[in-house]
Amino acid sequence: MTANPTESVLTDPTTNGQDGPLLEVEDLFVEFRTRDGVAKVLNGVSYHVDAGETLAVLGESGSGKSVTAQTIMGILDTPPAYVTGGSIRFRGQELLSQSAEKRRQLRGDGIAMIFQDALSALNPVFTVGFQIEEQLRIRKGMSRKEARKRAIELLDLVRIPNAKGRVRQYPHEFSGGMRQRAMIAMSLALDPQLLIADEPTTALDVTVQAQIMDLLAEIKAERQMGLILITHDLGVVAETADRIAVMYAGRIVEHGDAHSVYKAPGHPYTTGLLNSLPRLDLKGQTLETIKGLPPSLLNIPSGCPFHPRCPKAQSICSAEVPVNHDLGNGRYSKCHFAEEVVRNG
Amino acid sequence: MGRYVIRRLLQLIPVFIGTTFLVYVLVWALPGDPFAGMCKSVCPPEFRQAMIEKYNLDENIFVQYFAYLGNLLQGDFGVTYSDREVGMLIEDAAPVSLQLAAIAVGFEALIGISAGILTGLRGRGFLDNLVLVSTLVLTAFPVFVTGFIVQLVLGSGLGIIDLTVSSDPSFGELLAPGFVLGSLSMAYVARLTRTSIAENRRADFVRTAVAKGLPHRRVVGVHLLRNSMIPVITFLGTDLGSLMGGAIVTEGIFGINGVGGLVFDGILSKEGTVVTGVVMLLVIIFLVTNLLIDLLYAVLDPRIRYE
Repeated sequence: MTANPTESVLTDPTTNGQDGPLLEVEDLFVEFRTRDGVAKVLNGVSYHVDAGETLAVLGESGSGKSVTAQTIMGILDTPPAYVTGGSIRFRGQELLSQSAEKRRQLRGDGIAMIFQDALSALNPVFTVGFQIEEQLRIRKGMSRKEARKRAIELLDLVRIPNAKGRVRQYPHEFSGGMRQRAMIAMSLALDPQLLIADEPTTALDVTVQAQIMDLLAEIKAERQMGLILITHDLGVVAETADRIAVMYAGRIVEHGDAHSVYKAPGHPYTTGLLNSLPRLDLKGQTLETIKGLPPSLLNIPSGCPFHPRCPKAQSICSAEVPVNHDLGNGRYSKCHFAEEVVRNG
Repeated sequence: MGRYVIRRLLQLIPVFIGTTFLVYVLVWALPGDPFAGMCKSVCPPEFRQAMIEKYNLDENIFVQYFAYLGNLLQGDFGVTYSDREVGMLIEDAAPVSLQLAAIAVGFEALIGISAGILTGLRGRGFLDNLVLVSTLVLTAFPVFVTGFIVQLVLGSGLGIIDLTVSSDPSFGELLAPGFVLGSLSMAYVARLTRTSIAENRRADFVRTAVAKGLPHRRVVGVHLLRNSMIPVITFLGTDLGSLMGGAIVTEGIFGINGVGGLVFDGILSKEGTVVTGVVMLLVIIFLVTNLLIDLLYAVLDPRIRYE
């Protein structure tokens, strides 16, 4: 069970797809088979991340952001979740056809993940040090002493003061921000090439949020890691993301570089998200919201799934599923009127 | 932590005095004549007078109790009406009862926890139903039914065990009675473990452990089990204390001369010294195991700190 120190599925030079993107998700379908019926959670999700790049995945709760991440990690609970189609390639290698054991070895080592609520995501009965060291001991075959030394270095790296003393403490003895830092340290233990951060700052104070985002950005740049940032916080996205993928009802409805998506969104849903952000310069006005609720995934509306909530909906929207409209510069929008939306807002 | 332990130990004193006094009074208040049956027909008045004087029976109940307590604190458990040392009686009975209770808890832990882990991990299915139904059956049966069934099947039927144990029973002889004694709580342990595992299986920290790429065996064996065992271990510890004195029926079925039988006989023959002595011992054992469990709890779950 204990892996030898050289164990790595990534060091094989023949499989190093250096030319392509670090991670490529293509046409991914996932459904949840529940008692109430089949919920189509992912309906053809495609995105990619390059090394050293941050992709922000935006969307409301239930849009499939986290499920996509969990599918990439291979930590979906089956049942009820089943991958029914698509492909995930990491450094050119197809993951979905790999054995469970191979995928396990990739976790932490190739792709690591940090979670939203560090208090519940860390095991309450083990010290922070233990939880970092256990990967090093089991996956890298380090001795307890070596692993402890490395754990302290990692805590130093994420700027936890007094790392030497902190390594012996339990998660509940850390503050919220420190806990999230510890989790980041834990995810970096095996030097992953891709880090998936699932709403890493949602449970934190605004000031701490900024610190954590800065830390992530810095570490990403230093290590030339790919970073997938899952969030519903548009403020976080604006500052850190290179590219944005907007998800709705289990598909990417808009994709593009962060700057131009912010400046001129190409999908009414993105427009709605941006408008529902409070703005200081428009003080006193009523905050715009997207009317209605996200669709039930057991019964996704026909045509464009956003049409019941869309202010621009026409008859075509309920009849035809919109395809990707190429807006140039790598921008895509799944809206029948994408060009018009970009032009006129 | 140290101050907490001292405070808990000091709490033992009032509880100790309270329980022993209550038991002493209760035995004293039982109707009937303690000397009936000691003589062939009716006891001669001289004998009665001698006995009453010897045991201070005409004194006030408080005087009697405090005289008893005073002796007790000097390590003297007193003598029975037939002049046998109560201390000796307890010394004879306690080890076998402790052994029996320990075996019972061992069975509870072994079978209960294994069944609980298996069903908790697998979720609904045939195995789950099997364990659920069989534990329900075990719980529904009174101990004497389970006892007689075990005696019948293993003893008379298969001849694996003797129907009753010898006067100084070995570990092997106590296995069958221990199983019977543990059968009630075994079902409870299985269900407690199952619930606890099923609850923690979907916990965020288990998902984190999986996401770290740890082998399945380690995720379950270290991260899941450690958290799920906290309530189970707490229960098992308390059960050890209550099973020590609560084995009257099991002891009766298998002819074990344990603490339970000692109390029962003591009550029948109105031997206040015996009943109080044994109950006091049980109370102390119960309180101390409870304290140990509370301390163990803090070790198992670092979020708990005693001030």
